[in-house]
Amino acid sequence: MISTIILFFCSLAFLLPFIWMISTSLKIEADVFKYPIEWIPTRWNALANYQEVWFGDHPFYLYYWNSIKVAVFTTAISVVVSSLAAYGFSKVRFPAGAWLFIIVLATYMVPPQASLVPQFILYRYLGLFDTHIGLILLGSFSVLGTFMLRQFFIGIHNDFIDAAKIDGAGHWRIFWQIALPIVRPAVATYAILRFIWTWNDYQNPLIFLRTDALYTIQLAMQKFTTINGSFYTLIMAAAVSAILPLLIVFILGQKHVIDGIALGGVKG
Amino acid sequence: MASKSFATAEELQESTKTKRKSKIEKSENFVGFLFVSPMLLGISVIVLFPIVATFILAFADWKFVTGIDQLQWVGLDNFIALTSDEKFIKSVINNAIFIFTVPITMLCALFLAVIIDKNVYLKSYFKVAFFMPYISSVVAIAVVWQVLFHPSQGPINQVLMTFGIENPPTWISDPNFALISLMIIHIWISIGFSLIVYIAGLQSIPKELYEAADIDGANSWYKFRNITFPLISPTSFFLLITGIIASFKVFDLIAVLTEGGPLNSTTMLVWHLYERAFLDLDVGYASAIAVVLFLFVFSITIIQWIGQKKWVNY
Repeated sequence: MISTIILFFCSLAFLLPFIWMISTSLKIEADVFKYPIEWIPTRWNALANYQEVWFGDHPFYLYYWNSIKVAVFTTAISVVVSSLAAYGFSKVRFPAGAWLFIIVLATYMVPPQASLVPQFILYRYLGLFDTHIGLILLGSFSVLGTFMLRQFFIGIHNDFIDAAKIDGAGHWRIFWQIALPIVRPAVATYAILRFIWTWNDYQNPLIFLRTDALYTIQLAMQKFTTINGSFYTLIMAAAVSAILPLLIVFILGQKHVIDGIALGGVKG
Repeated sequence: MASKSFATAEELQESTKTKRKSKIEKSENFVGFLFVSPMLLGISVIVLFPIVATFILAFADWKFVTGIDQLQWVGLDNFIALTSDEKFIKSVINNAIFIFTVPITMLCALFLAVIIDKNVYLKSYFKVAFFMPYISSVVAIAVVWQVLFHPSQGPINQVLMTFGIENPPTWISDPNFALISLMIIHIWISIGFSLIVYIAGLQSIPKELYEAADIDGANSWYKFRNITFPLISPTSFFLLITGIIASFKVFDLIAVLTEGGPLNSTTMLVWHLYERAFLDLDVGYASAIAVVLFLFVFSITIIQWIGQKKWVNY
């Protein structure tokens, strides 16, 4: 019981900024810095604040649409590419596979920023700069995802695969009809994580997007803050809007997310 | 005679076997390549080719907007220039200071994980609560903290003033406190991740060890020091290495909150690289910074390989 109370006070340190953010987004500007803090607003302005954020000069619905588009496509492609590679590296017995896997794994060591400049030049050259397709491709080849899914494919007993082979199934059928259904929970975990990471990404959109109409939610958030300066209620309404979909994804897939992180962490 | 012909038959069988086997091998090779080729192609274009290019461009002087014919090879000039670039040196120092966030995060996370792992109520509430900052976008979090840290009217300083602190720090606008402010926010974000990893690590410790220690009458500090801490060392090591590498990648916080300022007090390698590459369009110089960044991360990874055998108990 005592430890529960200690923990509860610790958890306040993690939740209060969020509660403050939500509460501020509902207030009128004059009450933002009232002290002691009004956790429940006395003067409400929620509707006007959110209306301004969502349908004002820089309408969030547009940036939402961009973010959803980029995150969904990135997640889908990344899941397909990673699970194909994970199966190839674990269940197809080809000698070159071991070496190729080491090469793929080694690229995980490269800090993303170290390859940024040539990526930028390459994108300009290929015409992928300032496009959503370019942004989606950047997030679609995940070594971490391949590694994570491979761990699960390894867990499938080889007798399964061999039995299917004797029955005349090729690798493609084995992958699609036997292996993939078995690792479905792992695929879900990875998909949720990839969605969250892509949604939260700020650096790639900042560097690879220029056109305002293509901005994702994180870029829009930053721009909104710069433009609205000290309209803190609006900024907080924007922040709430930026975090909300993640919260929903996280709460729905809580077990998947936490298990995925724990697994990645323990098994390295 | 009979035995000889038998041997030949066996040999024959053997040779058809290898023939068939090599045929299967060939098709396995082909299929294997098919499965991994999208990944390989993507990695090559998006990571391998650019990193090689970075190493080459680091020896060039090139304003990228001027076209490839303006590129000039300058040898080690960029690297020599780095040694007298104050902002670069400041960045390295700040990166080094920023590493302190890692042990602090780990200590807080371990403390919380040990309590959560025992019997507490509302276990899943706590997991979600501590995990919230990690799951939320850094940009949104950064603007919230920007207001919380507001020098005169921000809630944090209001609280400090009611506790009798006359002149609380002005946080991100004070050169002496800006880096510390970023570190506080970074720790606050990272604890959730370390916490989840630690809880998983704690759950893998066999309960019998604690029971045996209980029979011997060990107190909880003794149990923590002699059972929990050593058995959790692989997890700690993992968190230490990934945490240090992650600390080199911090960008969003700086970009949104301070842009390296005030007075370069929060500039770091990645930010310096970004400024030189995308604001000054100085490709060669930025590539040289990228090479240094790569070498830092590379050495830490090597240390990981050597170090883990020495002090991690598996």
